[in-house]
Amino acid sequence: MTIRAASDRSLLVSFGEAISWGAHQRVRRAVQSLHGVRGILNLHPAYTSVLVDFDPHLLDHGQAERLISRILEAHREDAAPPDRVVEVPVSFGGEAGPDLPDVARHTGFSAERVIELFTHAEYVVYFVGFSTCFPYLGGLPPELATPRLSAPRKHVPVGSVAIGGPQAGIYPIASPGGWRLIGRTSMRLFDPAATPPPVLRMGDRVRFVAEGRA
Amino acid sequence: MIAPGFLTTVQDLGRFGWTHFGISASGAADALALRAANLLVGNAENAPALEMTLAGGEFQFEGDAVVALTGADFGAGLPLFTSMPVRSGQTLRYGPSRNGARAYLSVRGGLDVPMVMGSASVHVMTGVGGRPLRKGDVLAIGEAHVRRPRPPARNVPQYVPRTALRVTPGPQAAWFGGDLYLGSYAVSEESNRMGIRLKGPALANPGGHMITEGVPLGAIQVPPDGQPIVLFVEHQTTGGYPKPANVISADFWRLGQMRPRDEVRFERVTMEGAIELLREQEEWLYSL
Repeated sequence: MTIRAASDRSLLVSFGEAISWGAHQRVRRAVQSLHGVRGILNLHPAYTSVLVDFDPHLLDHGQAERLISRILEAHREDAAPPDRVVEVPVSFGGEAGPDLPDVARHTGFSAERVIELFTHAEYVVYFVGFSTCFPYLGGLPPELATPRLSAPRKHVPVGSVAIGGPQAGIYPIASPGGWRLIGRTSMRLFDPAATPPPVLRMGDRVRFVAEGRA
Repeated sequence: MIAPGFLTTVQDLGRFGWTHFGISASGAADALALRAANLLVGNAENAPALEMTLAGGEFQFEGDAVVALTGADFGAGLPLFTSMPVRSGQTLRYGPSRNGARAYLSVRGGLDVPMVMGSASVHVMTGVGGRPLRKGDVLAIGEAHVRRPRPPARNVPQYVPRTALRVTPGPQAAWFGGDLYLGSYAVSEESNRMGIRLKGPALANPGGHMITEGVPLGAIQVPPDGQPIVLFVEHQTTGGYPKPANVISADFWRLGQMRPRDEVRFERVTMEGAIELLREQEEWLYSL
């Protein structure tokens, strides 16, 4: 583990440079044990690291680093919370998934085979971030990896299910985005009027279920 | 609300404890001016107040109130950084900005608006906390004042079109040389509460391998085109572009006051220097 300053009010806690299940478990445990601690304002989990925003009026970098190290050490052996499995219904192709033909062309499979491979895999929510509950999913079959669009779309519809390089994700709100859209879910991952926790949380296992083709 | 202006929202000091769901703090773009506005009318410093952007609106009061106007001069024709009474039926009319980018209007007792996840701040891009104000909206004034209104502020911030932003090193500082500190940059029209886009000499982007990581407020990220973006109050919580530097906390308010085409330079300070500058800023707030 390394801890270094990212700004005058944040530290970047890193568990290595390789995306792995082990690093993910450490990130998850760190978020669980540091959330709500006095002086710690916000946690930004990612694949192998957590950015910790602290209150510079209460802590300096040295104090924050010692506090974080002490808490992570005390929770080193904590069990992960029980796994949840969430099924996400998806309508593939057509207007809901305009990039499905491109993914088929890039991977050399038929569109039907892409859907089959995509729905047979089990995914893990590595973290939730970007803007508003976007789940970063690991577990995409490597043969489905497809590069992002060279120029992002200005408008990606809410619920779009997408492939971005070796990752998969779901757009929780309509936003710009550069991932390849292969389908859309009617499941609402984010409601601005509701208080999270969101539908998908870090560590959840996700299965996509085909609802038919649009 | 007779006219909303260009972009008028309810803001406080932000929503904390939700970035692990991808929801950044939001809050006032110039938190210093918002805090001053609240302290001057006798509110707690984080009370909900109005933030106006580039051009202000027109407001009619349906009851007597005590208000303070802080931040940039939007031509309301009233003294700034001063608490003052307004009478029932009186109209407050703002125009376009004459110096900075944002003006604040606080009301003694605070705005009585719903809290979402512990904050009244409107996150414009996602709709968390509500939406920008429209013509015909009516806002209730609360009773959450905590002391008597204060005398006018002295030594108030100056809003100028050429800004030096002080920075500390970012996580990928070693990837970049000192080019960031040589040139000056113009604030792009495409800037908003999510990020401030700068245009100027392209920074050589080393293009090393980087795994997406958490990004803090004020982070300067450099995409492949070499034009820096300063992450602002509605920023994404994670990002994959390298970051040579980070704007210091004591200069966050300057980010909120930069207008399109303003000129920006960057200056390095030490971490200790950054904290000292923040303490000095707090001293000014204690004087109110």
